[in-house]
Amino acid sequence: MDKFITHVGTAIPLRRSNVDTDQIIPAVYLKRVTKSGFEDGLFAAWRNDPEFVLNNPAYAGATILVAGQDFGTGSSREHAVWALQNYGFKVVISSRFADIFRGNSQKAGLLTIVISEADVESIWSAIESDSTTEITVDLEKKSISFSGKTLSFELDDYVRWRLMEGLDDIGLTLQKMDEVADFEAKRAHFKPKTLPVLS
Amino acid sequence: MGKTLAEKIWADHVVRSAAGEPDLIYIDLHLIHEVTSPQAFDGLRLAGRKVRRPNLTIATEDHNVPTLDILKPIADPVSKLQVDTLRANCAEFGIRLHSLGDAEQGIVHVVGPQLGITQPGMTIVCGDSHTSTHGAFGALAFGIGTSEVEHVLATQTLPLVRPKTMAINVEGTLKPGVTSKDIILAIIAKIGTGGGQGYVLEYRGSAIRALSMEGRMTVCNMSIEAGARAGLIAPDEVTYAYVQGKPHAPQGADWDAALAYWKTLHSDSDAKFDVEISINAAELEPFVTWGTNPGQGLPLSANVPNPADIADAEERGAAERALTYMGLTAGTPLKSIKVDTVFLGSCTNGRIEDLRAAAAVLKGQKVASGTRMLVVPGSDRVRVQAHEEGLDQVFIDAGAEWRNAGCSMCLGMNPDQLAVGERSASTSNRNFEGRQGKGGRTHLVSPLVAAATAIRGTLSSPADL
Repeated sequence: MDKFITHVGTAIPLRRSNVDTDQIIPAVYLKRVTKSGFEDGLFAAWRNDPEFVLNNPAYAGATILVAGQDFGTGSSREHAVWALQNYGFKVVISSRFADIFRGNSQKAGLLTIVISEADVESIWSAIESDSTTEITVDLEKKSISFSGKTLSFELDDYVRWRLMEGLDDIGLTLQKMDEVADFEAKRAHFKPKTLPVLS
Repeated sequence: MGKTLAEKIWADHVVRSAAGEPDLIYIDLHLIHEVTSPQAFDGLRLAGRKVRRPNLTIATEDHNVPTLDILKPIADPVSKLQVDTLRANCAEFGIRLHSLGDAEQGIVHVVGPQLGITQPGMTIVCGDSHTSTHGAFGALAFGIGTSEVEHVLATQTLPLVRPKTMAINVEGTLKPGVTSKDIILAIIAKIGTGGGQGYVLEYRGSAIRALSMEGRMTVCNMSIEAGARAGLIAPDEVTYAYVQGKPHAPQGADWDAALAYWKTLHSDSDAKFDVEISINAAELEPFVTWGTNPGQGLPLSANVPNPADIADAEERGAAERALTYMGLTAGTPLKSIKVDTVFLGSCTNGRIEDLRAAAAVLKGQKVASGTRMLVVPGSDRVRVQAHEEGLDQVFIDAGAEWRNAGCSMCLGMNPDQLAVGERSASTSNRNFEGRQGKGGRTHLVSPLVAAATAIRGTLSSPADL
């Protein structure tokens, strides 16, 4: 995973709430067995509409998505995160994310930032009046700066540290396997096992 | 102070807890399917890692598989590659797999309980958000993404931040024709699709106690539709009776030890929940969704709402968009909405009791002309049992299509899809835009409402027949 310290880019306003992961990437696009190539499926149904904001050339090349409340609800598909990343997004901003989507984004290195609805509105206003508005996201300072304005956001210290160091969770947990083995030795013997197969 | 059920299960699975980092939680059971696992196995291979506990891992083919001609090669080459990849991965890493055609194949959340490997007090995960289903047994069960699938494969643990707890007290007796599906749709309509975000929901009260295990699974299944990763119901005599005798249930002295532990699995009387809400079961009616998220639901007797009456601007905008997508006009009686397709199945309502309930309504009746009905059992075992009980013949005689097991039209990854503009009454869990096929329009309903709707061709309950 790449380290995330700061990111500078332009942003797209997605003025919709409850954007579920079936909208981010419909199920028919989930059949790949790799983590790449999912950009084709990103918002696939909505992209058929020429008026859809991703089709607006003014926002071409944007790397920050600014969405309405409850972004990423529904299915646990991490393909939703990969589709956003494959398309070129580095950051998603919303006033609330669904739990599983947020967890997935933090594992995969897509920064998801929660700010108030009023702050979301202030970014929307700025980027709708000028699509070239440059936005700086600083994970070290936990801030979003644009048009001479700075917003701050909160993020769990552990998650922030992991993203800034570009660390993968599995490597961290594998350093603690002695503790896992100790726990396993004390597990109740009646807990079920899937092998051997019984019938 | 006492502990909630969620806190007890959590405490029993903490491998490591340290300030400034998430708790490391041991996972008792990892369920796998073809869609969310290939990249995780790839990750293991790239890093030269093994699956730590193949004997706590089980796989089935469900999301992608056809429900017709299941013994022929899968026609869609991309679906076939994904299923073949699961088979190769399970063979390479020594994981038990129930493939298409196997007697234990089916939707992962139907298979676990019927094998008896879903038991009270466990931690259960799967790369599927409806893993919350297993919470009906008093297990802490939740959906995870592919990065976490890889993490569990490699370490049998997950680093997790402890969720908050919400008690949902459902007291009273349900009216005839009102089911567990209506309870959960009413709860989601009340707290909203984000209302449970950050919480484990514990369903309590006399109406929950009165439900069968299958009814409880329906309730817990849709916890995620209220934004909660997990839902829980404390185990009781109904739970023990369901588990006992299943292939992987504890036996002899192990059963006694397990039962003694399970009896400690309830929220203490002085436990404090972060939030408590109450629902009066006696006031509930058959529920149906009118919009494009599961929180947009109303009693079947109501009319399509008028967005202008909604105070919150964001919700109003969402309602306007939903009505446009759904092709509905404010003020239309829900019962006058004509339905093209009825889907009975899914991890929400594809179990034997669901099929029995629908068959009881359909017996001796015909599916309305101009309406098609698809009946897809949740597992092959459910299919066989339905056949033994003669339910398949009831569906076939009524003019419905009787299929093989899988996720099918719940998410339309296989050929079972709605066409553009086609409208369904579906016993599944999500009415998102395009969920059942591009441009398809979904109304979520119970199996009883599905059956009555099939007969009348418009959204209906058995009382309307």
